[in-house]
Parts: sequence; C-alpha cells; structure tokens
Amino acid sequence: MNALVAVLALPLLGALAAVALPPRAGVRAALLATALTVAATIWLLLAVARRGVQGVILGGWEPPLGIGLAADGLGAAFIAMSAAVMGGVALAARQMMAPDVVGARAAFGFWPLMLLLWAALNAVFVSRDLFNLYVGLELLSLAAVALVAIGGKEAALAAAMRYMIFALAGSLLYLAGVVLAYAAHGTLDIGLLAARDAAPSDGLALALMTAGLLAKTAIFPFHVWLPPAHAGAPAPASALLSGLVPKASFLIILRLWFEAMPDRAGFAALMLLAGLGAGAVIWGSLQAMAQARLKMIVAYSTVAQLGYLLLVFPIAGGDGAAQPWAAGAWTGAMFQVLSHALAKAAMFLSAGLYLAAVGSDRLGDLRGLARTMPMTAFAFALAAVTLMGLPPSGGFTAKYLMMTAAFAAGQWYWALVMALGGLLAAAYLYRPMAVLFARESLIAPRPVTRAAQAVPLVLAGASILLGVFSAPPFEFMQIGRPDAAEEGL
Amino acid sequence: MSLALDLALCALILGVALATVAGSGLFRAIVFFIVYGLLVAVGWVRLGAIDVALAEAAIGAGLTGVLLLAAHGRLRRLGTARDASHGAHLLSALAGAALAAALAWAWFVLPLPERPGPELAAAMPRAGVENPVTAVLLNFRAWDTLLESIVLLAALIGLWMLTRERDWSGRLGLPQHSRAGGVLASFGRVLPPVGLLIGVWLVWAGADRHGGAFQGGTVLAAVGLVAAMAGLVRPPRIGARLWHVALMIGPAVFVLAGLAGAILAGEFLTLPPPIAKPAILTIEIALTASIAATLAFLVLGPPEEGRAP
Repeated sequence: MNALVAVLALPLLGALAAVALPPRAGVRAALLATALTVAATIWLLLAVARRGVQGVILGGWEPPLGIGLAADGLGAAFIAMSAAVMGGVALAARQMMAPDVVGARAAFGFWPLMLLLWAALNAVFVSRDLFNLYVGLELLSLAAVALVAIGGKEAALAAAMRYMIFALAGSLLYLAGVVLAYAAHGTLDIGLLAARDAAPSDGLALALMTAGLLAKTAIFPFHVWLPPAHAGAPAPASALLSGLVPKASFLIILRLWFEAMPDRAGFAALMLLAGLGAGAVIWGSLQAMAQARLKMIVAYSTVAQLGYLLLVFPIAGGDGAAQPWAAGAWTGAMFQVLSHALAKAAMFLSAGLYLAAVGSDRLGDLRGLARTMPMTAFAFALAAVTLMGLPPSGGFTAKYLMMTAAFAAGQWYWALVMALGGLLAAAYLYRPMAVLFARESLIAPRPVTRAAQAVPLVLAGASILLGVFSAPPFEFMQIGRPDAAEEGL
Repeated sequence: MSLALDLALCALILGVALATVAGSGLFRAIVFFIVYGLLVAVGWVRLGAIDVALAEAAIGAGLTGVLLLAAHGRLRRLGTARDASHGAHLLSALAGAALAAALAWAWFVLPLPERPGPELAAAMPRAGVENPVTAVLLNFRAWDTLLESIVLLAALIGLWMLTRERDWSGRLGLPQHSRAGGVLASFGRVLPPVGLLIGVWLVWAGADRHGGAFQGGTVLAAVGLVAAMAGLVRPPRIGARLWHVALMIGPAVFVLAGLAGAILAGEFLTLPPPIAKPAILTIEIALTASIAATLAFLVLGPPEEGRAP
C-alpha cells in the first residue's frame, strides 16, 4: 500500500459511493473522498521529496507484460496541482452546485464526474504505459464532456457535442500511433521504448499520437471546441476543464517527445510545434479581446496560455536537451502549467460568484462589483497578474525561465512571442478589470458569503506564491528527470 | 480453399465498407455498417481472435447498430435526418485515405508481428485462468480493464446529464408499447431465457475458453432491452437506488480486490496464484452485472416521459 495507489483509488471509490448513495449522503461521501485524496496527495509529495520516484508494478507483473506506474517529481507536481484545484472547486461547489441552485440533475451528476475526472487525471500523470494512457484519456474526455453537458442549455449541449467529436477524433489518432509503436517495438512501456532502437515507422507513430493529443489539448488550430465548452459549463466545472484537463494530454506529449522517443523528430518538427504555440498565443489573445462575456474572455485566455507550453520543444527538445539552458526552459514550461491551473481556476470561480450575484457575466452588468465583492475582485486581479506574467507571480517565473533559455539557445523570436503575449494578456484582462473597479454600479448584487469568496482568493494567492517561493518546486520537479538539471534559478 | 475464403471475405469487407460511406441515405449506411461489423467479426474469427470476434459482433455490430437505428428514428421524427454536405464528405474521405495510406506504408516497412513474447508464456501458469485474453484483461493488465469499466459509468452519467429537468424523475427511455400477441411481445417471451443462458455461459466459460464479462454483459443487456421493448418489464427511474448499486458494484469489487491485493500480496491489483481463479471469477461476475445494467441503460437513453414514442 502506498501513496500512489491511494491517490488513484480514493477518488474512484468516492465517485462510486456518490453514485450508489442517496443524494445528500452522496455529496458527503464525495467531500470525504476529496479530503482524503488531498491528504493522500500530501503524503505522496512527502514520499517523492524524501525518497525519490515512487513506482508501482501493478499486480506484480513487470512490463512489457504488465503496467508500471511511477510518480516522478513532474507527475507528483501535477498531482499536487489537481489536488489544489479540486479541493478549491469542491468547496465552491457545495454552494454553487447545490440542488436548489442548479436542480437535481446537475447536483447528482457533478460529484461523481468531478471525482472520476480527478482519478483519470492522476492516472494519466503517473502512467508509464502508452495504452494505459489511452484508457486514462478516454475516462478523462468522457467525464469532461459530461461536465460541459451539465450546463443543460442548448448552447452547452452543442458545445459538449463538438468537444466530444474533437476528443474522440484525437483519441483515435493517438490510438493509431500507439498501435504502430507496439507493432514496431513489442512494448508499450515508456522506459522500455526509450531503450529500443529507432524503427522506420516511429516518426509516423509520433506524428499520429501528437496530432491526436494536440486536438485534445485544444492547441491552435484545433482550439475551436474549447471556448464554447468551457464557457457553457457551470463555473466549478469550467475551473476543472480549463485549469486541469488540457494539462493531461500536454503531459503525454511531453513524455513522448522528451522520454519515450526523444531523438526521433527533426528540428523542423520541433519548430512546427512551437509555431502552433505562437499562433495560439496571438490568436487566442486577440479573440479574448473581442469577447463581451467574462467567461468567454477567460476561456479564450486558456487558448492563449496553453500556447506558451509548446514553445518548450525547440528550446529544450531534440539536440537542445543536452544544453545547459534546457532545464530552465523545461521547468519554466512546468511553472506555466502549474500557475495557469491555479490562476485559471480562481478566475472561473470568481466568474461563477459574479454570475451568482448578478445573474449575468456580460461585462456591462459587472460594473462596480469590486465595491460590493472586494475579495472576489482582488482574487481576479491576482490571477490576472499571474496570467500577464508580472512579478512576483508563478507566471513571471515561468516566462523568465523560458525567455532566458530562448535567448541562450539563440531563439530570440520565441522570447518576442512571450513578451507580446504578456502585453496582449494585459490588454484583454484590462477590460474586465476596468469594469469591475468602476465607480458606479448598475445592478444591486445578491449577497455572496465571505467563505465562498475566500476560495478563489486562496487559489489566486497560491499562483502568486508559486513565484515568490519558486526554488522548492523547481528542485522538486527535477526529481527523476531524464536529463538532470545542471542550473538552478 | 481457405485462401479463397479469406480473399472473398476481404473483398466483402471492403465492398460493404465502401457501400457504408459512399452513396446517400442514412438508413442505408446504418444497415451496411451493421453488416460490416458482422463481417469484421468473421474476419477476427479467421485470424483466430475469437474473443475479439465476440466483442465486435456483440458491441460493434449489435449494440452500436441498435444505437444508430434509434438515433436515426429520432432524427427522422424531428425531420432532420439529412446527409452531411458534400464538402464534409470529401474532407473526411481525404483524411481517411491519407491515414490509410500512411498505415499501409508502415505495414510494409515493419517486420511481421511476432507471436506474444516469452513473457506471456512464462506468466500464464500463475495467471489463474487458461484463456490468455482473460488473463491479460483481468490480471496482467487489470488496471486498463478497471478504468474501462469505469469509462462506461462515466458515459452513462454523461448521457443522463442530457435529461430535461422536468423528466428527471421519470422512467428511463421513451415509454414502450407493444401490441399484445404481436411479434415483439412473443419474441419478448422466448428470447430472454435463451439469452440469459448464453450470457451466463459466456461469463463462466470466459475463464478458460472464449468469452468474458464484456461479451456476456452485452448479451444480458440485450435480454433486458428485449424484455423492456416488449413491455414485459418497465425500465427503472434514475433515482432507483438498487440499480445504482448494480451500476457501481463491478468497478467497486474490482477496486476493493485490488486494494486487498495491495495489503495482502504487496502490490495494487495483485492476485496471488492460489486464489487467482476464484478472485477473477468474482470480479467478472460483478463486472458483468454492472456492464449489463450500464449498457442497457445507455441504449434506453435518458428519461423522456413527456414525449410520445
């Protein structure tokens, strides 16, 4: 019995209990499972920090016959990110997803789906087996699509359907690549694959898997499903979908390109990935500027923020992996993953509180709300600081690390994209901030409790603290990394 | 002789696949798709993969066919059963052709696949069952199967989220009416006992011969559906607790057995060889109950009491 098994089994058991028990007891079981999983996550973090990578050989069957799981520093950091966001969302959802607020249907569906999503995320973060990753992604995608459909309105159902078509097409492409890799090497284990000689079909396998995963990560130009889906879901669900879900498929891309098949792609392929990322940063930001609803602005901002992650490939991938700046670029991208998850969850939960207070998230209806709900406005502002990449936030650490590495690698143009992205983020976040902090207010908001307002504030604060105390997470994420870090901050 | 048979089968599969995607008419395409599934199942038999053939016939052709027909009936009632535009057809045809060409190229450059490696043969004596497919699904790669059984549950909850608020407390699916003494009513009485036997046999035999929880569960789900369509049983309401227990009992037994393995034998999902067979059978029986209930509810659809069938 160890912590790794606990973070997988506890949310699963909680979801099953939430299905089987009567409504009130089901919610209590879900909250208990949430608390226990957060505790198990802390246990896992301590175990990884003290004793290094935590592995499990499931059933005692060694790969290639069986499936191996391992929580390295990267996987454990992602599991910690899920626990932070899930914990905050569960607290917020006690009110936001109560039966008298959203109806019996959504109140029944939310809790098991949230816990299944959590189990799927953790399963993907630790799996070392390409097919097992596929199964984990399937569970993740179905739970995510269902969380969009919870919205119930016609637009939400249409968005859920579009999301499902993209997700399933992505799954099939990924699976085709997995089959090719298995046909060529006779193993699905990431560690064993890395030790095999390259096969002629590896390039195709890698391309198919990556294309499928890019569609699931909503990377430009496969992003069209994301904004309506994330904006149509109820706010606690949007926080999970935007903050956590795309990170799972991104982590698999990372494991493929850095661990399983690090030397199979040419520099042109790495540049193509980063080009898509740059496109996402610019296009997503421009679209965010044109939106009239707060949730749509926040959703398009996710498209832009995910784009930064792909810039890591030409800077730290391929031949660059052996260079001294690789650790900085790689860890910078991971800081971007973590700080974006916290900040974006805080933003969507803030948007949910505004929706509860004034019944609308149109910018015009939010005028002056900072005076009546100062805690929520402050949380939104802190999250905005992280997304713009201003010091001392986690977003600043991310961009600082990636920009210095880009200059060191002689790829200054990616640093330019990052700087432009920061300016554009400031531009699209200025509008909601200016409205919130306006002097006059139009609508008298319904009161929102301080306890509910505290949740996004804590999450946004954590995204800032990630930048203030950036050395411990930096060190932690190097645990078990293939190319050990040579440089600190 | 067998080469001629295989060539004819390949030609048939390709022809029926072409007939499914080319030409117009949704209903025609669905019927060809069902035939295609059955032919592919025969193909799996020819390749010696009986378990895959059973799953393909039961789920790929049978259950998916029922779902597609039901979806078509609904679209026709709404008057929206139209083909996609020619542009969309052309685009998907090009994408499909490109993918097929790439995979064909890979088939030529890769060495012929080997039989499963020596690891499988070495591990089989400790697996607890004779059927290697069951050994892989319930023992060697049990984590995949556990997650897959939960994928079904997630799909069902997602489907239920499509319910209208006012129908939430209603019975699952559309209200069913069948003529007393009609074909459906009499079939509804004859088929279930036979199907019940086949379903239970597939699960029981799956340990050592072909079959298993997924195949048996699908047959049992079909039994329940026929009985419901014939009006012999009424579908339950979403709030029916006992049925919720049926939905989660399989995954729950699976997870708890895995945790017991972690405590008793050292690793999550470990089945010690002396008790591996009874453990696998227990898990399979619980899984069958959940798979049957989940699949039947997926086909019935969310409650829609307010509307005529």
